[in-house]
Amino acid sequence: MSDQRNSTGSQTTDRDDETVVSLEDVSVHFEKEQGLVDSLFNDAQRVKAVDGVSIDIPENEVLALVGESGCGKTTLGKTIIGVQRPTDGTVTYRGQDVWDAKDGNRDASVSYGDIRKALQIIHQDPGAALNPNRKVLTSLEAPLKRWNSELSTEDRRARIFALLDRVGMQPPQEYAHRYPHQLSGGEQQRVALVRALLMNPDVILADEAVSALDVSLRVETMDLLLELQSQFNTSFVFISHTLSNARYLTEKAGGRVAIMYLGEIVEIGPPEKVLRDPKHPYSKVLRWATADLDPSQQELTDPPVRSIDIPDPVNPPSGCHFHTRCPEAREVCTTEAPELGDEAGQPGAHCAGCHRTDPDHEYWDSDPLDGVEPTDAPRPRGESDD
Amino acid sequence: MPRDSQTERRGAHDPIIEVRNASVTYDLEYRDAMVLDDVSIDLRRGEILGVVGESGSGKSMLANAMMDAVEEPGITTGEIRYYPERGSEPVNILDLSDEELRSLRWEEISMVFQGALSSFNPTMTVRGHFEETLDAHDYDVEEGMERARELLEDLYLDPDRVLDSYSHELSGGMSQRALIALSLVLEPQVLLMDEPTAALDLLMQRSILSLLDDIKEKYNLSILFITHDLPLVSGLADRLAILYAFELAEVGPSEQVVRNSQHPYTRALLRAVPSLDAPLETMRPIPGSAPNPANTPNGCHYAPRCPLATDECHEETPPWFDTADDQRTACFNHDDAGDAVPLELEVVES
Ligand code: SF4
Ligand code: SF4
Repeated sequence: MSDQRNSTGSQTTDRDDETVVSLEDVSVHFEKEQGLVDSLFNDAQRVKAVDGVSIDIPENEVLALVGESGCGKTTLGKTIIGVQRPTDGTVTYRGQDVWDAKDGNRDASVSYGDIRKALQIIHQDPGAALNPNRKVLTSLEAPLKRWNSELSTEDRRARIFALLDRVGMQPPQEYAHRYPHQLSGGEQQRVALVRALLMNPDVILADEAVSALDVSLRVETMDLLLELQSQFNTSFVFISHTLSNARYLTEKAGGRVAIMYLGEIVEIGPPEKVLRDPKHPYSKVLRWATADLDPSQQELTDPPVRSIDIPDPVNPPSGCHFHTRCPEAREVCTTEAPELGDEAGQPGAHCAGCHRTDPDHEYWDSDPLDGVEPTDAPRPRGESDD
Repeated sequence: MPRDSQTERRGAHDPIIEVRNASVTYDLEYRDAMVLDDVSIDLRRGEILGVVGESGSGKSMLANAMMDAVEEPGITTGEIRYYPERGSEPVNILDLSDEELRSLRWEEISMVFQGALSSFNPTMTVRGHFEETLDAHDYDVEEGMERARELLEDLYLDPDRVLDSYSHELSGGMSQRALIALSLVLEPQVLLMDEPTAALDLLMQRSILSLLDDIKEKYNLSILFITHDLPLVSGLADRLAILYAFELAEVGPSEQVVRNSQHPYTRALLRAVPSLDAPLETMRPIPGSAPNPANTPNGCHYAPRCPLATDECHEETPPWFDTADDQRTACFNHDDAGDAVPLELEVVES
């Protein structure tokens, strides 16, 4: 736990601003599975898992994607690391279009293989990602044999043992000869992490890597991930449905949090802003959902949403997707979709996609929807929009 | 040596279920594995009791033992007494026949577990489940379905839509709420819930908790809520019971346990939970790992990880100490816990 980087300040100086992965207006739509009869009589139903997202991942970034299940965070994560092909928009790795490279475009400056190697993933269930019939060492050697075939057996093993040791699996030689079922959940996850790190990746996607662990292990695991992140200069994209974990990771690393709702990023920025002083009504709702240990904050109030269920992503609500649940929704929200803003994809910016952030929007003259308490608070005119 | 039968004092409170010296053991080839070790606790009439433990702490065993539902070859010992009314003769649950248990379950004491999907039969509509349950217990189906509709509405569900659906057509949050409604349709007095929301999103979890709070009042329920998630339940529960490695560490009013715990493990757990507002430096992991059931340490089960452990702790099971009003702590060195494991909750308040 030596490296506790200060959350603010330092980032701007030591961050190398080179963009590793860039997403531009990316959408991922899936055809929903349906029965034979349905498919004969209806058009295929499309789920917009990701809908028009633009975001840059610079070097040394720690980004947390947060949202309820079905919000598209896992699909977006997989799109960022080039394992999910977008239906629209472009994904580039160091300027190279990832899917052009995959399709064998001869002009590709980076091969798809190199891109895949540079963008790694640790799954939510590390046990399932490891072959149960193979020893840890065998599982870890495979990718090195494939990608670093020049290494001698000795060098290969030395590298594996060093990393196992580094993630606290000591003695590494002993752990290397175990089978996955001889490891605890936390240890399996470390093996998955080592496997990703062996590739010296630029980006690691960690899908719910922490919330499955026991409470007493979470902080320790997050500290380890952050140490490795800074030591290996790897960017991390964490997928989480837990605001408090996302806060720990991003605040400690000076990173960003992106809140997702029905395929869109609705708010993005530094955790101190997005989580402490959220602008989007949905982010505020997620804050309510995060129980606080402080006894004086614990009183259970009614959910601050007009409906506790998420709408069907096949037919997301018109206008602002959140208008069916939003406690602040007005008529204009049912027809006009708010913009997140152009600077939202940039590191450091704090942006929210809600009409309320615009003091001159016609929202303020629009009628509240059924069940919405009209706010008599004065319009936030003149308030600066940072 | 059994610890403490007397520590839950009779008379002062009105228990609806008394658990006394409950243990669950599995007979393994070489040695016995104890997955619940001499637990005594009351569920009081009208309260919500939160039982908090990490995975493998035995918390699910407690719920199963309370309904004599521990799976073979586990052996439940001790006593579980159910008092249908204040001061009435207790029903000794571990002595009941299968038939008696079957009618007690659902009608008097209902259980809701994690993962509604596996509790519902995929080939039967939700309505079918309600009707079957009412029918199997000889309840008036028509009247019962009226109640079902009201319960579904209480849980923010549209009765018409939900009753005609199959569970897989509902979202996880909807089917879990439908399951809670089903568990209440025979008007039980007690609801035992084991991680009932763990598979759901936080917003849904918290929404269900706030609904439970209302439902408890409306239907006069007593609820035992088992979870690994201390912050989730601490706002809902009247009292908290902290379980570590198959035994109880501390029991007391929620606010007191969170603010003023006297047990080193409870305090360490409170510190280990990442939160939204507390300073990052105050969040610390708990070193070491929990013992497995075939290998529990002698003496205090927490001793191998405890910064305050003395020789006594490694040899003897700590008895209960009354550490505050209605709060009891199983720790020899409870007086020093505050200094040894400082908490900074007070700082957070701003
Ligand atoms: S745009 Fe309207 S509906 Fe959407 S979040 Fe803002 S206030 Fe709510
Ligand atoms: S009894 Fe001893 S080992 Fe157990 S919690 Fe107390 S001080 Fe620690």
